[in-house]
Amino acid sequence: MLAYIIRRVGQSILVLLFTGLVAFSMFSFVGDPIDNMLGQERTQADVERLRTELGLDRPFVVQYYKFLEQAVQGNFGLSYRQGRPVGEILLERAPATLELAFVSGLLALVGGIGLGIFTAIRRQGWAANVIMTVSLIGVSLPTFLIGILLIYLFSVELGWLPSFGRGEVTQIGGWSTGFLTASGLKALILPAITLGLYQMTLIMRLVRTEMLEVLRMDYIRFARARGIRERAINFRHALKNTLVPVITITGLQLGSIIAFAIITETVFQWPGVGLLFINAIQFVDIPVMAAYLMMISVMFVGINLIVDMLYFAIDPRLRVDRTAGGH
Amino acid sequence: MAETDMPSDAPIRPPSRIKRAWESDLAWSFRHTPVAMISAFVVTLLVLAALLAPLIAPHNPFDPATLNLMNGFTPPGEANAFTGDSFLMGTDDQGRDVFSTILYGMRISLFVGFSAVLLALVIGVVLGLLAGYLGGWTETIIMRVADVQLTFPAILVAMLIFGIAKGITPPEYRDQMAIWVLILAIGLSDWVQFARVVRGATLVEKSREYVQAARLIGRSPFSIMIRHILPNVLNPVLVIATISLALAIIAEATLSFLGVGAPPTKPSLGTLIRIGQEFMFSGEWWILFFPALTLLALALSINLLGDWLRDALNPKLR
Repeated sequence: MLAYIIRRVGQSILVLLFTGLVAFSMFSFVGDPIDNMLGQERTQADVERLRTELGLDRPFVVQYYKFLEQAVQGNFGLSYRQGRPVGEILLERAPATLELAFVSGLLALVGGIGLGIFTAIRRQGWAANVIMTVSLIGVSLPTFLIGILLIYLFSVELGWLPSFGRGEVTQIGGWSTGFLTASGLKALILPAITLGLYQMTLIMRLVRTEMLEVLRMDYIRFARARGIRERAINFRHALKNTLVPVITITGLQLGSIIAFAIITETVFQWPGVGLLFINAIQFVDIPVMAAYLMMISVMFVGINLIVDMLYFAIDPRLRVDRTAGGH
Repeated sequence: MAETDMPSDAPIRPPSRIKRAWESDLAWSFRHTPVAMISAFVVTLLVLAALLAPLIAPHNPFDPATLNLMNGFTPPGEANAFTGDSFLMGTDDQGRDVFSTILYGMRISLFVGFSAVLLALVIGVVLGLLAGYLGGWTETIIMRVADVQLTFPAILVAMLIFGIAKGITPPEYRDQMAIWVLILAIGLSDWVQFARVVRGATLVEKSREYVQAARLIGRSPFSIMIRHILPNVLNPVLVIATISLALAIIAEATLSFLGVGAPPTKPSLGTLIRIGQEFMFSGEWWILFFPALTLLALALSINLLGDWLRDALNPKLR
């Protein structure tokens, strides 16, 4: 067990070092930040001053070391475009993305598990068939088209919900939340659905498949023969055993929710880190891109690690196998 | 008896290639799956329309001389109030025929999609073969890189590569290079699938007798990989390529929609949707609707075709 954990942590650190190298290479080889910041009308003195200010005149190795040192402290220098510290901008934008990701993740989980159980139990019913068909179409639709479709329906045609922005936000310490105002909550609905829909269909199909498999097992048949009520069988006996793969997939999907937030945030002009990243690409704002890459890789690697550990903790069968040294 | 003697007198001509193809399992399955036939029809239609765009398109949307600003915002099928011209799918703000822009846009979408998948396929197959056949350090390095890349969603990797490549190209060439940068970004973000499958299949084939025989008669590892193993691992590659094509077209559309793909001067379907979105609020729905519908039809039918191919080529399901 311990050896397994150490190996996984080692792998995670390797991944982080690799992405760190990519992030640093971006700084050293991509574009000329001076060009991006000063534009056409500039003097040689301006160029020299800025070069020293950004530390671009120092040798490669020194810059690399400085980069690692600074990155660990969450310091990625000044944004080429906004001229402010990148860390500050990211922190300012993070609450918007985290709130959006949280709500759509919750939606995907609750909706996905609920619908998955429903379609598994009522396998033959027409409602289950309709849900399955709709989900198939939902998977094929690109995220941004779903967003546009929702905007068209609920903002343009019906006029019920706002099509962009976060609505009114309340500042609590350094955290700006949209949960406390009516307009903030209303603004959250469409982006959350757009972002959560794909993961929801994914979880739903997974739960359904697993449920159907488990319901065919002998112990379920025995439980039924013992006269245990159907509800208890479905929820206490069957559902429990479907949860292991669901937790894994959900955990891994958490990472892609953050990534796909880029698309949703652009469609809804949601002021989060995803929109920041897209703008950074458009304007070749390297520090922001590098910081986003580092942030998201720490998040992904962390999530993967936690999911692996959870997997281990939840399923006793895995533990027996591994500690017995069979594999 | 006379019948069985026949072959020795007059050698039977082997059935022609076309006949053999027609009678193969794959073709049989195709003829008995309506979804596959319909999807194939839609894909063929759209690809032909894209290829023949200069012949079919009523206007050249990129030739300013043929544009008339007075034609702007003509609804589909209606005659313009000023010029009396009418357009199948209406016009955009600059009086460009939406139908023509879709035809030309689809060319770019399909070109980027096909090229990106081809790039991913070549990289993936080569690395997969090397990893599977050579093993050792080669395998460790290739598969580690694949693992790291797989930690991140492909679309994110593509965005990053696009961003970096954009940074490297000088600003004055960025619009011209955008299409190639897109192909590079999507292709590089998608090779892992191919590499993993090819490596797995190569590991299986490596221990077969025919490979050992080839090795014994002194064929070089390179020739064994290309001439002997490659043809036997191509089936799954074909399936992945088809599904990847749908994903690549969607990825291209997504990137272009986000404004980090094909530039407005060379719009793909995604760029057209991005442009059309601006007019959704003022009621000019057709500028958005038709490109979106085309993208959907294209991606969905390629996807369904891929699904069918996967089932048809999977011996376990027969």
